[in-house]
Amino acid sequence: MGKIVEFMTRTRGGGKMDWTDWLTYCYLVLGILLMFGPVIWLVLSSFKTEADLQRFPPRFLPYAQETVMVDGYEDPLPLFQITAGEYEGRTLAQLRRVGLVAQMIDPADPETRLRVDISNREPLEHLSLAVENYTGLFERFNFLRFLWNSTFITVMATVIMLLVNSMAAFALSKYKFRGRMTVLAIVIGTLMIPQTVVLVPLFLITQQLGMLNSLWGVIIPGAATPTGVFLLRQYMITIPDEILDAARMDKASEWKIFWRIILPLSAPAIAVLAILAIMWRWNDFLWPLIVLSQTENFTLQLALNSFQGELNTEWSSLLAMTVLTLLPIALVFMFLQKYIATGIASTGGK
Amino acid sequence: MLSILSPIMRIIEIPLQALQRRFGIQRLAWAFLLPNLVLFGLFAFLPIILNVIYALTGGDNVLLGDRPFVGMQNFQTLGACSNYLDPNTCTKDLFWRAVWNTVWFVTLQVGFMVGFALLTALVLNRDIRARGFFRGVFFFPVLLSPVVVALIWKWILQRNGVLNAGLEAMGYDSFAWLVDRGWAFTWSVFLSVWAHMGFYTLILLAGLQAIPRDVYEAALMDRASPWRSFTKITLPLLSPTLLVVLVLALIKSVQVFEEVFAFTGGGPGSATTFMIQFIYQTGFAGAPRLFGLAAAASILLALVLVLLTALQLWANRRNVDG
Repeated sequence: MGKIVEFMTRTRGGGKMDWTDWLTYCYLVLGILLMFGPVIWLVLSSFKTEADLQRFPPRFLPYAQETVMVDGYEDPLPLFQITAGEYEGRTLAQLRRVGLVAQMIDPADPETRLRVDISNREPLEHLSLAVENYTGLFERFNFLRFLWNSTFITVMATVIMLLVNSMAAFALSKYKFRGRMTVLAIVIGTLMIPQTVVLVPLFLITQQLGMLNSLWGVIIPGAATPTGVFLLRQYMITIPDEILDAARMDKASEWKIFWRIILPLSAPAIAVLAILAIMWRWNDFLWPLIVLSQTENFTLQLALNSFQGELNTEWSSLLAMTVLTLLPIALVFMFLQKYIATGIASTGGK
Repeated sequence: MLSILSPIMRIIEIPLQALQRRFGIQRLAWAFLLPNLVLFGLFAFLPIILNVIYALTGGDNVLLGDRPFVGMQNFQTLGACSNYLDPNTCTKDLFWRAVWNTVWFVTLQVGFMVGFALLTALVLNRDIRARGFFRGVFFFPVLLSPVVVALIWKWILQRNGVLNAGLEAMGYDSFAWLVDRGWAFTWSVFLSVWAHMGFYTLILLAGLQAIPRDVYEAALMDRASPWRSFTKITLPLLSPTLLVVLVLALIKSVQVFEEVFAFTGGGPGSATTFMIQFIYQTGFAGAPRLFGLAAAASILLALVLVLLTALQLWANRRNVDG
């Protein structure tokens, strides 16, 4: 502990901490609590049993009551420690509770029923992860279906977007054809109008194409993003034209130049765009909400949102589902933090 | 990955090669542009035009042929108000509630968010250990989905939640946060700041790191106080970045919907109903589906956004020119 404090309090110059340094670290610690705290609380809570979740005030770690199998009873019985009264100090299993009195038995002597005032007993508990919250998702809900829908949309939309956008970016950066500037102006123009303000006509077009209530209705309309074309074009401009000329000398077709030379050389920009696209599609909410109205087509986000209304109080499933929904993004973030940060900063949006 | 795509790429090559022989290299560019232009035309350009047609027609049919022309009636319905400051006097009171909610939300959210983003960027720009880690701490909520953000905070704020437990431990009464209009709105602003602040922090931090060190060293030589070097060096040199951040934040904030919708559903009452939710509710959620009214409202929103984007382009140019 002392080592940690020493490490934390060392300033870069090796000098003493002054009050501004203290203030800085206070702010940072507060930041960790406020930014990380809620997510950690969510993860911890998702491992609690429904009974433990209803408990107020809540405890930090997940606990579960100890149970015992007694001859003559089919279900395991909850164990209690008796804290006062006649049976003080003994560990008894509860059969049922009637008002303020509990009917209990000693697991060693299942024949004799004992009556205990409920204020005289404390549940025996141990730290335990309620993994059934997670496994229950697969058994009770169509969770795999939602997971599949989300994954399918994310993967297909990302692949289509990368291909279509990189082709357009290639044309706009490496060819000098008439109308190039007009196309570029249209791309910039559509940057101004986000999807959120053309929802009604977008709905009509999607419906007319027969894509309403289909995963393709989510995938296709989002594929041609101006941001993607822009990001890739800016990168492809920096690839020297001489490489293309050399390839043309060798009688390579334009398509071959595109996917054998330009695409591999643009890999860094494509990687950034791929990460962004995965994030956009995975987290997408408003457009899927409008397009997908049948439960079996729901994405994870839609399922989460509709279940929070339906289940209302069944937080155990809801929290587990929330954790599973944020998990892929959390993993991507852990491994690719640097790319994401630069990608988002350079495109100026999420 | 490339090896899987290889046969597909070869198949695409055949027609393109034929086109190349027929039209020459430069005009082949259109073939590369075609898929993107088709998608653009269908899902970005055409909707802009159709949106105007929807706004000028009435009824609850989605097919344009079945919609009677009503002229400016949709806009008049939205604008029918004897006092714009009091939504109760308007025909479409929900629209004006949404407008005023959005105005308040944007003011508070952008103000607090840019303020805290600046503070955080300044802190992260100091000589601290593990800067990358701390940057990640403030940044990661940006990646969370709106629904996840909403549920995280709903879980904390619910009746038996950890916030109420903390309050009771300190001797206060617990409180039903999301049932109270004022608190629901306040928490919506908070949640939105929490979720998006990291993004702007990142941009501001990049701006701060672009300020040359020797300027500060010169100020130190002249015995300028830290406060003075902040107001006379940092702020002026950061102001172009700050301007970009401000406009970007405004554009995003005006379109607030997803996380608040999942958080409060727009309630209690209409306390957290914003512009996009009005459009969504009018056009898609309720019956009859008043597409015309929704389109008219979205055109008004689009005007605001175009104005802000023009501001952004201007700010960007100023930024580049220095």
